Amino acid sequence: MAAILPANSIDRERGEERVKPGGSPTPRRRVAPWADAVFSLLTHGAAWLTLALLAGIIGSLLVGAAPAIKQFGLNFLITAEWDPTKEQFGGLVMIYGTLMTSFIALLIAVPVSFGIALFLTELSPGWLRRPLGIAIELLAAVPSIVYGMWGLLVFGPILATYVQQPLQSLFGGIPYLGALVSGPPVGIGILSAGIILAIMIIPFIASVMRDVFSVTPAMLKESAYGLGSTTWEVVWKVVLPYTKTGVVGGIMLGLGRALGETMAVTFVIGNMNQLNSLSVFEAANSITSALANEFAEAGAGLHQASLIYLGLVLFFITFVVLAFSKVLLNKLKKNEGARS
Amino acid sequence: MSATDAKRLAMYRKRQRINTIALTLSLAAMAFGLVWLIWILLETLIQGVGGLTIATFTQMTPAPMSEDGGLANAIYGSLVMVGLATCIGTPIGVLAGVYLAEYGQKTWLGAVVRFINDILLSAPSIVVGLFIYTVVVTRMKSFSALAGILALALIVIPVVIRTTENMLSLIPNALREAAYALGTPKWKVIMTVTLKSARAGVITGVLLALARISGETAPLLFTALSNQFWTSSLGSPMASLPVTIFKFAMSPYENWQKLAWAGVFIITIGVLVLNILARVLFKEKH
Repeated sequence: MAAILPANSIDRERGEERVKPGGSPTPRRRVAPWADAVFSLLTHGAAWLTLALLAGIIGSLLVGAAPAIKQFGLNFLITAEWDPTKEQFGGLVMIYGTLMTSFIALLIAVPVSFGIALFLTELSPGWLRRPLGIAIELLAAVPSIVYGMWGLLVFGPILATYVQQPLQSLFGGIPYLGALVSGPPVGIGILSAGIILAIMIIPFIASVMRDVFSVTPAMLKESAYGLGSTTWEVVWKVVLPYTKTGVVGGIMLGLGRALGETMAVTFVIGNMNQLNSLSVFEAANSITSALANEFAEAGAGLHQASLIYLGLVLFFITFVVLAFSKVLLNKLKKNEGARS
Repeated sequence: MSATDAKRLAMYRKRQRINTIALTLSLAAMAFGLVWLIWILLETLIQGVGGLTIATFTQMTPAPMSEDGGLANAIYGSLVMVGLATCIGTPIGVLAGVYLAEYGQKTWLGAVVRFINDILLSAPSIVVGLFIYTVVVTRMKSFSALAGILALALIVIPVVIRTTENMLSLIPNALREAAYALGTPKWKVIMTVTLKSARAGVITGVLLALARISGETAPLLFTALSNQFWTSSLGSPMASLPVTIFKFAMSPYENWQKLAWAGVFIITIGVLVLNILARVLFKEKH
């Protein structure tokens, strides 16, 4: 000790008053004094790079789509004609396909995800919670191309035999309804794409719902149970209202995923630019599958520019949906902090 | 029993009934979710194992309707592109994650980057392909493996940023303060104390990113394109497993479809193993 703290020990021995050390402190040996600045610069650079990435994506899409934007303007969004030989392009068919498949996906995925989240938070025995949660998350890990191939070769034919044909024989003679289910029985079209998208987004929505359900204060739930509520009443009237922002955020996240999904849709939607039949069993097209199928072969010029224009529209829609989802989920997080 | 009592009892019974129905439906929803997972995995397993032979790993992708052939060039291409994309994306992602957790917690730049990153995390991957196409492919005037690597790297970055930031923010501040109190410069605190303690979490993030890009097809379609032959040049189009599967599965040729199933089997097993590995690694540490 004495060797380390000489001043102090001498002070005590002599009983003298402690003196402030004068002069400058012994110069410390600093290894690479520039390292701090460089490291800080690197991390800042990486952060800016993320922003540049977004700007780059938007910028490059705008530049690439410029010829088509100049030629067709906003009419592009409401024109259904897509004819590379006549250089006439309109994106309505693909935009309709993208929106409709995502809508069907949400219709199926939201109630199922709610059920799964309810099961995982309220019903499941504790030891089953983790493995079941992981199983559902693995569903999200399966690559989309696997879904696509499975949908085309396995699920599509089954859907055609057991759903489409009975529906067709049931509604066959009825106008409108009959037209909604017409089409060759191969299991390709908007409905198959919607169902496969639903399977793909269930894990995303379910895991957000599970997470927000589990942050509901136990006190709140126990009060409701104490008043004699059933499990369902607690979830429907206490947990759901408390977490509704987060639930909507989770649904929006799933929607964003569904809108931008490429491979699974490309396999099963049929890739036909038609809007004459609104049947859910007729081959149709979506933005992502049009890009996947046509882009590499499209010659430079108006065709390619129109496809990039479609990409821009897709990016814009998903950006808005995902931003909305993020804002809602952040809001829930903030409230949580304020309340606790 | 009075009339009100009877009414109450009826009400009670009704509530019980609704509860039972709702909980049964919830159980059914859980089963519904699991059925798809099991069905898809089983189908991949059965069809995939049937198509899998030694030749799958040693021979090049065949012409349609020929007898033999494999996926060797596609597997090699996938390994090269996924590996290099991870090598490019990881350092950038970790650095940006460090910025969010250690430098920019309360700054506007931090808030904006966090927001944008969460959007990029779920943005359509095909748009990333479009971006690289307009920036790289049109400049180089040819499809190339390099463009594919860059596209995949752009998908790695947001995943790694997200997990790195989450893992770093789990490290208690006392640890940082202890290091600062010893006079350690900030970069050294981050490199040798915080990042080191969060190592398992960061590696988990990298593994998840690896799993994500191994199955990505859309961003490769018009960047790396595909190639029927073996190539190790990064300047030329390169085959990859997902794109080859896409091409083969959509074809009417039986030998191609069989190989596609084998490819799907390889990818699914690889991705699931990576995911489970990531989970095990993360659980050991926490």
